[in-house]
Amino acid sequence: MTDPIVALSHVAAGYGQRALWNDLDLVVERGEFLVVLGANGTGKTTLLRMLLGLQQPTAGEVHVLGRAPRRGDPHIGYLPQQHGFDEQLPLRGVDLIRLGLDGHRWGVPLRSNNTRARVAAALADVGANSYANQAIGRLSGGEQQRLRLAQALVADPVLLLADEPLLSLDPAAQQAVAALLDQRRTSKGTAVVLVTHEINPLLPYADRVLYLANGQWAIGPTREVLTSETLTRLYGAPVDVLDIRGRLIIVGGDEASTGMPGDHPHHVHDDSGRHVH
Amino acid sequence: MFTELLGAHFVHTALIAGAIVAVVCGLMGPFVVTRGMAFAVHGTAELGLTGAAGGLLIGVSAATGALAGSLAVGVLFGVLGLRGRDRDTATGTVLAAGLGLGVLFLYLSRKYATTGFGLLFGDITAVSDHQLHILTLVCGALLLALIVIGRPLWFASVDPETAEARGVPTRTLGIVFPVLLAAAVAETIQVTGVLLILTLVITPAAAAQYLASRPSAVFASSVAISLGSTIGGILLALAQSWPTSFFISSLSFTAYILARLLAVVRR
Repeated sequence: MTDPIVALSHVAAGYGQRALWNDLDLVVERGEFLVVLGANGTGKTTLLRMLLGLQQPTAGEVHVLGRAPRRGDPHIGYLPQQHGFDEQLPLRGVDLIRLGLDGHRWGVPLRSNNTRARVAAALADVGANSYANQAIGRLSGGEQQRLRLAQALVADPVLLLADEPLLSLDPAAQQAVAALLDQRRTSKGTAVVLVTHEINPLLPYADRVLYLANGQWAIGPTREVLTSETLTRLYGAPVDVLDIRGRLIIVGGDEASTGMPGDHPHHVHDDSGRHVH
Repeated sequence: MFTELLGAHFVHTALIAGAIVAVVCGLMGPFVVTRGMAFAVHGTAELGLTGAAGGLLIGVSAATGALAGSLAVGVLFGVLGLRGRDRDTATGTVLAAGLGLGVLFLYLSRKYATTGFGLLFGDITAVSDHQLHILTLVCGALLLALIVIGRPLWFASVDPETAEARGVPTRTLGIVFPVLLAAAVAETIQVTGVLLILTLVITPAAAAQYLASRPSAVFASSVAISLGSTIGGILLALAQSWPTSFFISSLSFTAYILARLLAVVRR
């Protein structure tokens, strides 16, 4: 019996006096696609940082591949929240991918055929060969995201953590990136934990959804969690989930959005883990 | 006259000191540019002046004082670890206060006019053998440090979130780099002076960005421009006795303009 990829038991997260969520139990198996939904400030990014070993839980036990998370675990690939690269940045797609392979090592970079082959394979997997040698800052958002994905996958991780990987991409690029993620987990068995605001492009692929709201959570198959009953219970206020030709529209309280209700812009949770009120 | 000067000992010293400093600055530049630290470099240099003046006042050399002053500021900036606007504001505040102190030190040391001018605008012909030894040691240590931390530092500079997730100690590097930079700045002050420090730390790297997008090519171009400007500047100052700093900054700026023109033509 092998360890699950991720196992959380009775885990709580928070900063100082403020608790984000409590008593979270979660198991992610090999090849599974878990989507994490919730408003800003509910601790979605915090969950990823915890799995990366960058943040400690305030209670409970976190295990990644049967052991406590440690910084720089080569078994984890990370796709950070997107910010476009500066146009003049002296970096090409191939350089970005290569950093994912050996960027953390001290000393003089040695170029081996093995390194080159792995970078080439990662490029081919995401179909980014044609622009891999251009300055990355001059590429489109979708192209940059494909290269980031190749960087996250080049070291052959068994777990891929992605923070809003579809943000600010056009619908075609969203579909393409989502399909690439799915392809990876089906072909290589890489487990995917993906944080997002927008569930619709991922509906065909998500096995389960973890929904964080009001310090509480719900987990289960997508169509069981994203229901009016479950979300109404989580929010403690009326929420309607409408299925319109296969797209889910969530209408909560006085706010409406696709994917999630109750965005709280006055309580933003930035990725450095601090709170901005 | 020109050939006679080429044989002079102080010219050899100047050329060697200039070349060493130019290589270090050329390598530091791309990190400084990608980390957006131009203003911090300028601030470090100005507080190097305060250190140099303080050194003169208590009777150690200006170069030693500059090194001490710059390092103190480098540590301060590193530990504060501020980003963006916070850092700009803090840098401006600290350097204004420090520079005021430097003016007082210079006045009290009674070398206000002569040494003050040299510190501000550079006086590479004044580098002594002893100073050259220290400069070589400091720059040698800096090169070694860059060889060891260069790759993770580059990762942390261009892609900080992923670097952190991959186990690069981004916070520690954020403290270490300003300190290394401060040491480089203190040595560069002897070549370009406090006010022209950016001509070797920023301009070559900024020009290099327009010449290439492959990181190794950018570092190589940055070093080449920095080295060419420094050596060229010293030689031109021998032929035409205008200030060396003027020639160095003119050459590096010319390289920058040409690089930008080339980038426009290439597109």
